[in-house]
Amino acid sequence: MQRRDFLALTALGGGVAFASALAGCATRAANTATGSGMAPADYKDFYFVQLSDTHWGYQGPANPDAAVTLRKAVATVNALETPPDFIVFTGDLTHTTDDPAERRRRLAEFKSIVADLKVKPVHFMAGEHDASLDRGAAFKEYFGDTFYTFDHKGVHFIAIDNVSDPGAKIGEEQLDWLRKDLASRDKKAPIVVLTHRPLFDLVPKWDWATRDGAQAIDLLLPFENVTVFYGHIHQEHHHVTGHIAHHSSKSLIFALPAPGSQDKRTPLPWDASAPYKGLGFREVEAEDAGVEYKLTEFPVVRA
Amino acid sequence: MMVAGRRIVLRGALAAAGAMLVRAGLAQVAGEPRVIKITAHRFAYEPNEIPLKAGEHVVVEINSLDFVHGMNIPDLGKRFDLVPGRITRLELQPEAPGVIDFVCDNFCGEGHEEMHGRFVVSA
Repeated sequence: MQRRDFLALTALGGGVAFASALAGCATRAANTATGSGMAPADYKDFYFVQLSDTHWGYQGPANPDAAVTLRKAVATVNALETPPDFIVFTGDLTHTTDDPAERRRRLAEFKSIVADLKVKPVHFMAGEHDASLDRGAAFKEYFGDTFYTFDHKGVHFIAIDNVSDPGAKIGEEQLDWLRKDLASRDKKAPIVVLTHRPLFDLVPKWDWATRDGAQAIDLLLPFENVTVFYGHIHQEHHHVTGHIAHHSSKSLIFALPAPGSQDKRTPLPWDASAPYKGLGFREVEAEDAGVEYKLTEFPVVRA
Repeated sequence: MMVAGRRIVLRGALAAAGAMLVRAGLAQVAGEPRVIKITAHRFAYEPNEIPLKAGEHVVVEINSLDFVHGMNIPDLGKRFDLVPGRITRLELQPEAPGVIDFVCDNFCGEGHEEMHGRFVVSA
């Protein structure tokens, strides 16, 4: 049984309200390989979990339960029926503070809490709240490099840092690194990009953009099978640039309004009748040799 | 509300203190433009709502006090780094009523996400 079949059966049998596969998201049937040599020989079906925007240290009315929300999410991930192969955090692990000592205290607390995740490895990325005030210095002390690559079952993952520069730039040095990383790759190779801010101009007046993100997209466009997962906007959102699908994740602290729907990007108010409404994390299941991804959204706490 | 940005005449550019403004194209404008001063500091522009009249020619002078704040005006396709010690100048002549938003796009601290403003253009 494939994992997707298992999920469907679980949802049907247990009434679990989490089956929300996203039709049309990163599904490019024309690119799906069937024995064309596109899929690496070692490719196997797998899935990972994306968590984002935990903002550890936040205190405010948008989440009066902030002190325990992350711990509850960790427990929910640990209780997944089938453990993921790995976990990624796409930035804003902590809520920003102007105090460098407090920033480190929050990073240390966050790291201690997520150490309870049973699945390893966990790949961490920075958000602007973690890294923009010190160009990633504190983040690196706790989690290492802010941009890196790794490979898993034939899929090449590229973590792009668009937050250590306070101007929301990737920067020439990192773009050169990206160019070199891509230089020798097959144009059909499955590639997943992880980042914090949207690489495209989603809502520039809300600072929902990467100033030089178009350059990264241009470098990726020659590759046929690229999918981007990011955070920052505290909600599920799906967008396509050329043939590249971009999927943002929900937050684990507070939700934000729909892109451009109001003057200011103020957090949506906490709903005491529906705690954690609009919050959650997702499973990303790689199918068809890593050129198609099935997304399943989960709440912070499952019924 | 309709955004005025598409109809605005953007006449100026970033200029260091004491430098001449770009004057090209201003021959038909009678009189001196009104000067509007904005101060940028953590975590606000003051004032953050600037009333303008459609057709009015103004020069906006922005002075940052404490950080290289950003001023991104997406509707105009312009952005500036506001370097402390330098005056950033922007000439505007909006042609139609509307709102032109601007935002700090250089992450400047705990209140960064509250740092924004707008030009409100009336008929």
